[in-house]
Amino acid sequence: MKYAYYPGCTIGTTAVEFGLSTDAVCEALGVELAELEDWNCCGASSAHSLDHELALRLPARNVALAQKDGLDIVAPCPACYQHVLVADMKLRGDLAWRQEMEALLGFTYTGQPRVRHLLEVLTEPEVIEAVRRRVTRPLKGLRVASYYGCVLVRPPEFTGWDDPEHPTRMDRLMAALGAEPVEWSYKVDCCGASLSLSRSGVVVTLSSRLAQEAQEAGADVIACACGMCQINLDTRQNLEKKIPVLYFTELMGLAFGLPGVEKWWGKHMIDPRPVLQRVG
Amino acid sequence: MTVVAIEPSFSRAVQERSGEPVLRCYFCQKCSAGCPVAFVMDYKPAQVIRLVQLGRKEKVLSSSAIWLCVGCEACGTRCPNHIRLAPMFDTLRYMALEEGYKPDPMVYALHRSFLDSIRLWGRVHELSMLMEYKLLSRDLFSDLGMGLGLILKGKISFLPERIRGVSEVRRLYQKGDTGEGGHQ
Ligand code: SF4
Ligand code: SF4
Ligand code: SF4
Repeated sequence: MKYAYYPGCTIGTTAVEFGLSTDAVCEALGVELAELEDWNCCGASSAHSLDHELALRLPARNVALAQKDGLDIVAPCPACYQHVLVADMKLRGDLAWRQEMEALLGFTYTGQPRVRHLLEVLTEPEVIEAVRRRVTRPLKGLRVASYYGCVLVRPPEFTGWDDPEHPTRMDRLMAALGAEPVEWSYKVDCCGASLSLSRSGVVVTLSSRLAQEAQEAGADVIACACGMCQINLDTRQNLEKKIPVLYFTELMGLAFGLPGVEKWWGKHMIDPRPVLQRVG
Repeated sequence: MTVVAIEPSFSRAVQERSGEPVLRCYFCQKCSAGCPVAFVMDYKPAQVIRLVQLGRKEKVLSSSAIWLCVGCEACGTRCPNHIRLAPMFDTLRYMALEEGYKPDPMVYALHRSFLDSIRLWGRVHELSMLMEYKLLSRDLFSDLGMGLGLILKGKISFLPERIRGVSEVRRLYQKGDTGEGGHQ
C-alpha cells in the first residue's frame, strides 16, 4: 500500500510525536507514505472563518499536487483531512471552479486520488489483521478511552467511514492491540479547537470535562487522532489527577515493541510513563 | 417605543450564501443542546438561526456567537432538518466583516495571524504566528508558561521553512470573496 502523505503543519512541531509514531508504525506494517511534494497549509479554521474562497483554494493546491502520481492522499490531522476532502468535492462537482483552479495552478484534475484520514486507512479490516499479527507486546490491562473529537467522522455526508455519533474503529484498533476500550459518551465531543489561544478558558472547561469523564469511565489513557485535540487535552486539563493523552499511533508503536517510544513519551506534558510501565 | 431593525431579505441572503436551508428550522434547539461552546455564546445557536429568520441582522452580526462557533459539526450531524450551522456561522462572519461590524478582537487576531503566516511561508510557522497574534490581540502575557514548556519539549521550531510554491500560494490569496485574504 502506498499513499501520498499530507502531514500538515502540526506534525513537525506541536504534534511531533504523532509524526514520528506514524512513520514508525506505517513502516512496521508495510504501509508506504510518500510525502506530498511541496504541500502547503490547508488554511485550517482560520481560512474558513474569514474567507470562504481562500478556504477552498489553499487545500485545492494539495489536491492538485496529488493528481500526478494518482495516489490516495492520507492526512493524520482531522482538520487537514476535512479541508482537503471538501476542496476535492468542490473540484469534482463544480466544473467552472475546477477549470478556474486548473488554470490558476496549472494542473489537470483526474479525480483519481481519494482523500482519506490516517485512522481510516489503518483500521481497514485487512490492516487490523496485519496489526494483530504484528503485536509483540499486547497492551494487556490498559484501559483506553478512544477520543475522535469533532470533524474526524462528521459531517457524515463527507466522511462516511465510521458512525458519526458512536464511532468504533479506533476502539477496534485498541482491542486489536490487546488493550481494553472503555465505553464513554464523550467520544465525539469537541475540545474547543482553535479557541485554545483566543479563549483559553473555554478550552480548559471542555478539556477538563473530557479528561474527567474518561477517568470516570475507568480509562488509564485517552487515545486521540488529532494534533489539536492532543495539545488541548495535554495542556489544558485543570484537574488534580490528570490523564495522559496519546496518539493512537503511539499505542500501536508500544504494542509493536518499536524502538523510539521513549522519545515520544518525552514529548508529552502529562507524562504517560507511570501508566504505561504497568502494562503488559 | 424601541425601534427594532428588521431586514426581511437577510434570511434569504444567509440561506443563499451559506447553502444551508436556514428557513427550515423549527426551533427544536437540539443544536444548542449539543453545542460545546453554547455556554459562552451571547445567543445560542438556535437563537441565532431564529434571529436570522426574523431578519434581525444587526443583532446577529454584532453578536459574539458568530465568532465563537468552532465549526465542530455536532449541530449539523444532529439537526432533524439537516441544517449545518457551521457554514451559516461562516457566512455570518463574512457578512459582519464586509459590513464593518467589529469582530471579536482575540478570535479575529488569531485567524488573521494564521493566514498571514501561510501567505509568508506557505505553511504555518507557530512562533512568528504567535508573536503576531500577541501583538494584534494586545494580549502579551497569557500562556507564556505553556509556550515555554512547548519550546523546552522541542515542539516549537524557531526558524520557519518556506515552501517552493509560495508565490503560487500567494496567488491564491488574491481574490478571496470577502477580500479578507487580500489584506496586507
Ligand atoms: S476535537 Fe478539537 S482539535 Fe480535535 S478535531 Fe475537533 S476541534 Fe479539532
Ligand atoms: S437543530 Fe436544526 S431545527 Fe433544531 S433548532 Fe437547531 S437548526 Fe433548528
Ligand atoms: S458547529 Fe458551531 S454551532 Fe454547531 S455545535 Fe459546533 S460550535 Fe456549535
